[in-house]
Amino acid sequence: MSYSESHGSPKPPSMRTPLGRVRNLGAAHSGTSDFWRQRITGVAMTLLMIPVLVIVMMLLGRNQAGAAQILGSLPIAVILLLFIFASAWHMKIGMQVVIEDYVHNEKLKLTAIMLNNFFSIAVALASTYAILKLSSGV
Amino acid sequence: MVEFALPKNSKITGGKTWPKPAGATELREFKVYRWNPDDGKNPSVDTYYVDTNDCGPMVLDGLIWIKNHIDPSLTFRRSCREGVCGSCAMNIDGQNTLACTRSMHDVKDGAVKINPLPHQPVVKDLVPDLTNFYAQYASIEPWLKTTSPTPQKEWRQSHEDREKLDGLYECILCACCSTSCPSYWWNSERYLGPAALLQANRWVSDSRDEATGERLDNLEDPFRLYRCHTIMNCAKACPKGLNPAEAIAELKLKMVERQI
Repeated sequence: MSYSESHGSPKPPSMRTPLGRVRNLGAAHSGTSDFWRQRITGVAMTLLMIPVLVIVMMLLGRNQAGAAQILGSLPIAVILLLFIFASAWHMKIGMQVVIEDYVHNEKLKLTAIMLNNFFSIAVALASTYAILKLSSGV
Repeated sequence: MVEFALPKNSKITGGKTWPKPAGATELREFKVYRWNPDDGKNPSVDTYYVDTNDCGPMVLDGLIWIKNHIDPSLTFRRSCREGVCGSCAMNIDGQNTLACTRSMHDVKDGAVKINPLPHQPVVKDLVPDLTNFYAQYASIEPWLKTTSPTPQKEWRQSHEDREKLDGLYECILCACCSTSCPSYWWNSERYLGPAALLQANRWVSDSRDEATGERLDNLEDPFRLYRCHTIMNCAKACPKGLNPAEAIAELKLKMVERQI
């Protein structure tokens, strides 16, 4: 019995050989960079988590002038910027994996991945702008 | 989107309860998935009572007893009955395993619930269609590839290099791991699955093979390899006690190693 004749088959009848279907368009020769970057950003976020929490605690209850004073310190601003960079990148890769896992419609998938990129860049830039603005006392 | 619910024609409806065998003193209830491609009906779950004094202790013994004494139409694959061939892989009491090595007494109270391997097309009853699974195995080219002239005798390998194949060569391709993997459920057309990847690592790890880079090239793909999210269902399901998740992690490590 062929693959297409059996019960619950997800595929309409196809005359392509099973091996032809598996090989399909071939390997993309990519994916390792995203895999490695996800690990780097994950480790970076773990290391930055405690300093970021301390900074957030320091900022609690302060007015804008107080916050600007704290963020005016170079190490604090750099820690926050690194955290934003690592988490936005991690979020982008992670969300893309979820989309690739569950969205099978090609058009919808490409649109969702595009929106995911736009969203991650927008969040990263907006957060970076806010930190720079406060730390430069503008 | 991924199809989370069963297709209409795969929903389980009803099922027949077969009479208890006469004169039996110790009975075990079996609830078995049934589907016949010829009657046009939806799948059902039939209930059988097995005389445990008259058959062996394994779930496969129970199934063979049912086929011989109650219902000859019950269809399942079996061959070696000792965990070597991988034919009788099925879902027993919610876990993918081999019916020949799982004792029916290890299944906790109540009925022994038996279904075909999950998320595969069904040919009949407990027989899944593994065409795609075998094609994926073929796609990793599971044979020694060399370009050096063939030696007069065997290709030589040190004891240390041979040991690197332990935990990989024992795989019997029963498909318990791949069909227990959610990533494989959602993307079995593009993700090779734990079994094929464990086998791929078996050849990548073989010191005699001369096509290691080519093999890694063939695997480096966001879907073929990187759909593995280390869920570990594969390691839990493997009836041979292997760890496909670890084999996949080794493949990913080799991918990183050759780039950095």
